[in-house]
Amino acid sequence: MSDNLLSLMTFFPLVGMVIVLFLPREADRLIKSVTLIVTIITFFISLPLAFDDAFKTSAAMQYTEFARWISIGDYFQMNYSVGVDGISLWLVLLTTFIMPVTILSTWHAIDKHTKGFMALALLLETAMLGAFISLDLFLFYIFWELMLIPMYFMIGIWGGKNRIYASIKFFIFTAVGSLLMLVAIIYVYYYSLQSGMAFDNGFSITHFYDLTIPGHLQNWLFLAFAFSFAIKVPMFPVHTWLPDAHTEAPTAGSVILAAILLKMGTYGYVRFAIPLFPEATQTFTPFFATLCVIGIIYGALVAMMQDDVKKLVAYSSVSHLGFVMLGVFAMNLQGLSGGMLQMINHGISTGALFLIVGFLYERRHTRLIAEFGGIAKKMPVFATIFLIVTLSSIGLPGTNGFVGEFLILVGAFESDLRWFAIIGTSGVIFAAVYMLWMYQRVMVGKLKNPANEKLKDLSAREVVVMLPLLLFIFWIGIYPNTFFEKMNPTLENLIEQVQAKQQVAMTVEQIEQSTPTVVIND
Amino acid sequence: MENLVQTAIQNVNMWAIMPSVILVCFGMGLLMINAFLPRGTTRPVVWISLIGLAVTAFSVVSAWGNPQYGFFDAVALDNFATFFNITFLFAAAMTILMSDDYIRREGYPIGEYYPLILFTTAGAMWMASGTDMMTIFLGLEVLSICLYVLAGFFRGDVRSNEAGLKYFLLGAFSTGFLLYGMALIYGVTGSTRLTEIGVYLNAHSSLLGNPMTLAGIMLISVGFLFKIAAAPFHMWTPDVYQGAPTPITAFMSAGPKAAAFAAFLRIMEYCFFSLKPEWTAVLWALAVLTMIVGNVIAISQTNIKRMLAYSSVAHAGYALVGMVAANEIGYSGVLFYMLAYTFMNIGAFAILILAGKKGEENLTLQGFAGFGYKRPLLGVAFTIFLFSLMGIPPTAGFAGKFYIFAGAVKAGYVWLAVIGVLNSAVSLYYYLRVMVYMYFREAEEDYSWVTVAPSVVVSIVMAVIGILYLGIVPNAVMDMARLAIF
Repeated sequence: MSDNLLSLMTFFPLVGMVIVLFLPREADRLIKSVTLIVTIITFFISLPLAFDDAFKTSAAMQYTEFARWISIGDYFQMNYSVGVDGISLWLVLLTTFIMPVTILSTWHAIDKHTKGFMALALLLETAMLGAFISLDLFLFYIFWELMLIPMYFMIGIWGGKNRIYASIKFFIFTAVGSLLMLVAIIYVYYYSLQSGMAFDNGFSITHFYDLTIPGHLQNWLFLAFAFSFAIKVPMFPVHTWLPDAHTEAPTAGSVILAAILLKMGTYGYVRFAIPLFPEATQTFTPFFATLCVIGIIYGALVAMMQDDVKKLVAYSSVSHLGFVMLGVFAMNLQGLSGGMLQMINHGISTGALFLIVGFLYERRHTRLIAEFGGIAKKMPVFATIFLIVTLSSIGLPGTNGFVGEFLILVGAFESDLRWFAIIGTSGVIFAAVYMLWMYQRVMVGKLKNPANEKLKDLSAREVVVMLPLLLFIFWIGIYPNTFFEKMNPTLENLIEQVQAKQQVAMTVEQIEQSTPTVVIND
Repeated sequence: MENLVQTAIQNVNMWAIMPSVILVCFGMGLLMINAFLPRGTTRPVVWISLIGLAVTAFSVVSAWGNPQYGFFDAVALDNFATFFNITFLFAAAMTILMSDDYIRREGYPIGEYYPLILFTTAGAMWMASGTDMMTIFLGLEVLSICLYVLAGFFRGDVRSNEAGLKYFLLGAFSTGFLLYGMALIYGVTGSTRLTEIGVYLNAHSSLLGNPMTLAGIMLISVGFLFKIAAAPFHMWTPDVYQGAPTPITAFMSAGPKAAAFAAFLRIMEYCFFSLKPEWTAVLWALAVLTMIVGNVIAISQTNIKRMLAYSSVAHAGYALVGMVAANEIGYSGVLFYMLAYTFMNIGAFAILILAGKKGEENLTLQGFAGFGYKRPLLGVAFTIFLFSLMGIPPTAGFAGKFYIFAGAVKAGYVWLAVIGVLNSAVSLYYYLRVMVYMYFREAEEDYSWVTVAPSVVVSIVMAVIGILYLGIVPNAVMDMARLAIF
């Protein structure tokens, strides 16, 4: 079983989807239960990964599987090649972990076309897991694009008032980026063949890492990849789809979007854009770091001004992911591991925040801050949980957010990005401002609005949804080593390779002072 | 004397035209049978046409890997022709399957409809297997004349009449161009055999810059570009596609378009390979123009049939990208894409047919509000077709575009590939909008008039299976396309 663990984990939700499709349309409860069970089983299938000590010592891909998929004469070779290393390990687990939580949270929220929603959620899980474990660029692209379809329908069918606009915007923004990436993928593929890589390797990224691509080509290819991932992260200024998508999406959609889909972008940088094109990364680091810092501050300032809680959380994502990207571009162990950890943190904290907003919305059918105030008295359990999550999102020591942001800032400060780190730090303060101010206006003070008189505290199901998230907020906050020790070997190896290549490139450039021109032609 | 006859008989080789002979025989037989059938009885004709296609399929498939040349090398039933023949057969079969209830509903249950489709298919086959200008022209004429009749088949309907007449006038005009171009090339080289023209031009490089040669190439290209609806020769497409009976629109956008691509590819590659850099440069510009015109105008359409017409212009543009690449991957990409397009486009039109009512077949977007909930299975099928038209994996449309753009990148046309994918991105908008109406709007009607005849279901299921098969495991078909090019 362990031989095919990744495939089993990835395609089990797809099997679940088929089962769900055959259930009667009216059996609402049954459909939800089956989906929940499928996602829980998927989580348990993935669990051995978390307890595997091999990640502590090895930077290599584990649990690899390989099969020939599409072989067309001497034209193409695409392989089904999957594996997990320290970079993808926790993201895979985050996915399998968030999914049951999300499904459980939709128990009452989704009441129309339940079957369709659950089927799409399961399809989405397969696509997300597939994207994280793909070691073949073509395979990755297939899963990457496949993620769009379910999310598009989730926003469009179960979303809010402006859902049609938001869903189309989401789809087109993401697709434009990925289509450009597709051209770059094809280009890298032919380049690899031309530079003598074995045809059978296909689109294998581990082999693409070894390519030496001349500087000017790297720049173009890097930009094509980086643009696609920047849209997904989303980085300033291509973030505009995110507030719309988040605001209109149903709670479950927002949680998946924030917790996992956005991580695809940051993961894309760490897995593809940076190691494939290390020199170009170096060239563009100041540019991207600037965008990160703008994103951090701009996201925070706009979040401060929102009157809708969900929009506020959405803009805070722009700010938080700016931190993640800053850490990644610092390209040292602190920054990168902080960035990786912050991806998980953001998944947990922001996922939790969207759930909390969802709880409020289900009760009051509004998300405007002005409609609330003083509801802590009516909902004490909710107030406590909300406070913990808020503090974790701000990055209070003892919670997960602190560890990630601290490491990112230390990493950035120690790298060439010192000034960016200094400016970026202000984002932490802004975060405290907008989050606490929001908490204050929503939860404390006098209960003015009579509509809030009848608010009920969280039900047992809702507490069950939140508890696992709280557990990880404290676990990561107090003992983050569980997570670091399994990703650091891979990250160290990555940094070493990237820096070695950058070093070589700089020496070569000094010697030659010119870059060779390579034209692909058959 | 006896010797001469013997050479003639050997050279004629009927096997080289066997598939089309079978089709024509069935077609003629059906015309006779029609005369004896009571008015309004079409079922037997449908069945016999399908049997005809099945018999032809047998003869087509048996030619794979076993090329036949005949009529003093005027006809070549090689792998290239066979691949296209398979595409034509799928197009014809799916069209016939979805036609019967439709022409009944619209009040034209006339049996001649089916033999005309068979004749069109035979014409398409001659175009794909023609290795002589005259054979190709003959095929084109047979195909076109039948299509003129089919486009105007609803003789009581103004739009259908308009479509038929417009198509006829413009088509005749473009055929004139084509023939004139062929005459010029004959004047330059003294032959109509494609290979001989190519060899002659290659040997006499002084002729390559000759105005007569260039004018010949240009006029021939115009003739074919008209048939594949490439901009700026696409003006007839929207009106003809909108006015023609829907199954015929579907058929036109798949079968004859593929046939024109087949003949165009063969002529350019056989005759004018010495001028490749020149004509690829022209096609580069036309491919870009075609993609942009098709996609941008499609955005503003509210009538789905018209939207699909413009989108078919855009798809011709994608296929032209493969021709511009002019390498193995690009060419086989064109072959693959034509087959993929046949499935997805005819499938989409089949849904349009089902969703329409008598007299109100030209569906607007509004007419699809909530369709996905009232008719879930048809909705899912339509969704698959649309995603395939967009080129989203794992569908045939994605695989096809991937090969075509890969061919372009390999040939060094990276910017063309970039323009191509950006155009795909533009196309997302209008395809997504159909889904917006289908799923994101509440139903205003209950679509109770939608009666799903088994024959249409067969056609839709064929399309869905084709799309998913070509999308997920394209190995076998792509390998065939690889072996099919010259």
